[in-house]
Amino acid sequence: MAHFEKAKSLNEWLDQRIGINTLKKVMQSEYWIPKNINFLWAMGMVLAATFGILLVSGIFLLMYYNPSTDLAFDSVNYTIMTEVGYGWLWRHIHGVGASLVFLIIYIHMFTGIYYGSYKKGRELIWISGMLLFVLFSAEAFSGYMLPWGQMSYWAGMVITNLFSGGSLHADGLVEWIRGDYVPAQAFLSRFFMLHVLLMPLAIIGAIVFHFGTLRLPHVNNQDGKEIDFEESARLWKEGTTESRRKSEVIPFSPVFLSKDVFVMGVYFILFFYLVFYHFEFAMDPVNFDPANGLKTPTHIYPEWYFLWSYEILRPFPTDPGLVAFAIAQVIFFTLPFLDMSPNVAPANKRGAFHIWFWLMLIDMLVLTFMGKLPPEGIWSTIGLVAAITFFVLWISLPIITKLEKKL
Amino acid sequence: MSSRRDFMGMALGGFTALGGIGALMAMKKTWDPLPSVKAAGFTTIDLKDAQENVLVTEKWRGKPIFVLKQSKEMVEKAKKSDELKRLINIGDEYYMVAVGLCTHLGCIPGYDSSKQGFLCACHGGQYDGTAMVTKAPPPRGLDIPPFKIDGTKLVLGEEGPEYKKMLADGTTMKV
Repeated sequence: MAHFEKAKSLNEWLDQRIGINTLKKVMQSEYWIPKNINFLWAMGMVLAATFGILLVSGIFLLMYYNPSTDLAFDSVNYTIMTEVGYGWLWRHIHGVGASLVFLIIYIHMFTGIYYGSYKKGRELIWISGMLLFVLFSAEAFSGYMLPWGQMSYWAGMVITNLFSGGSLHADGLVEWIRGDYVPAQAFLSRFFMLHVLLMPLAIIGAIVFHFGTLRLPHVNNQDGKEIDFEESARLWKEGTTESRRKSEVIPFSPVFLSKDVFVMGVYFILFFYLVFYHFEFAMDPVNFDPANGLKTPTHIYPEWYFLWSYEILRPFPTDPGLVAFAIAQVIFFTLPFLDMSPNVAPANKRGAFHIWFWLMLIDMLVLTFMGKLPPEGIWSTIGLVAAITFFVLWISLPIITKLEKKL
Repeated sequence: MSSRRDFMGMALGGFTALGGIGALMAMKKTWDPLPSVKAAGFTTIDLKDAQENVLVTEKWRGKPIFVLKQSKEMVEKAKKSDELKRLINIGDEYYMVAVGLCTHLGCIPGYDSSKQGFLCACHGGQYDGTAMVTKAPPPRGLDIPPFKIDGTKLVLGEEGPEYKKMLADGTTMKV
């Protein structure tokens, strides 16, 4: 039995038992964030807050949702929407949140790309972040199946068919994933399980890992400057106005968090504006028809956040299309290794990479718009050019970064 | 001493791995389609009442089955493009019978009787009246389900000699 003194306060009592003061230091008051940052550095906590909101709204939806092919559609569109008190609120929060979480993920990713926050010790931050992107994609897709409308059914059909691998004809694998020849009860039940349990568990684990990868290399700053965190921390802890001014860092909590809370405030004004007045942007009208395995909707397209990769699949014949699609899904993982330049600096100081950054961003926007349009005439051509550009950009990345002058 | 620890470590590791593999196999089996799903795989359709150039959609294993009785003109066209082998011949009549799922990613193509062809709205694939592909991205014509001719009826899910011949000469592939 270890020796315990009688505690004089609750804090001391907890500190004796679980080292709460050390925990607070490591996670909050002595986790240092550079001062030289802007509002884009708040996206991480904005994402964490959005995930929290998705979790809470999801818990309330789960109370009335019925994962049966006969009842799922009505349990959402009738029970939750018309009978359950404020059921509509949870559904609209969940739908809008699922859409906005991807908007913020993309902003978070492109912020990292712009400022070079994936290099020199920060590779695992990037990789764990990309892992989260993949897990969120799986979470979004499995959730999209649950209302069992026409878009749910046909997105389920098309996406699971991707696993046949084109000419490989792995139909057995597709049927295994579905548990049936077509998406049916077995399919709905297992995707329900994935959406409400396995994927959220994996996401929570990956978030912890993502935070862990940040702790030693620390977050980047606007100039990619290497900061002497020990010296700056010492200056901050000295506590005088003069020394804190000289210090290049602030503690995560409460100083950085208070900046985050301000950005979150602005974000949640947009969030709830959409929830109350424009929730329809996250609700595809086609999905208000119940699933029908004998009728394909005229146009099948994914939600906006998957359109760019869908458009990389679409303009090519099946096999090359699948290969292109598969590469597009994982190519961002390799960014820290394809960028051969030693410079950690914002893109505007990196010459050719600056152009590369904006071309990539514009190309992905073009792919997104083309993915929504029907695959006909000029739109097909623009889509094909944009898809090829995507790969040309990735192939050129190691070359232009290799040639980049050392700053 | 260390060899005894090594032995215990390896024994523990070995049995854990064995149990892990067993658990994985159980998990794989749990995800398999149920026997009841697999057993409900036979459907009989009657071709007697089909009309020329009018698409009929039946259902087999949850999938739509297209049945299109060919007009004289369509049969001539199929002969010219050497696609008669895709059609099922009963008496004097020819029928196109195929799984109505685009071979690209499984959407249901729509039939336009004036153009005597199918268009898949998802990714723009096109098929002619024998369900042979005429415009990519689909890699091949619509798949023909296993069938057995029984008078004017077809038993879907059972492999008759006509179907086996189609499989053998590569006209269709196994669905």
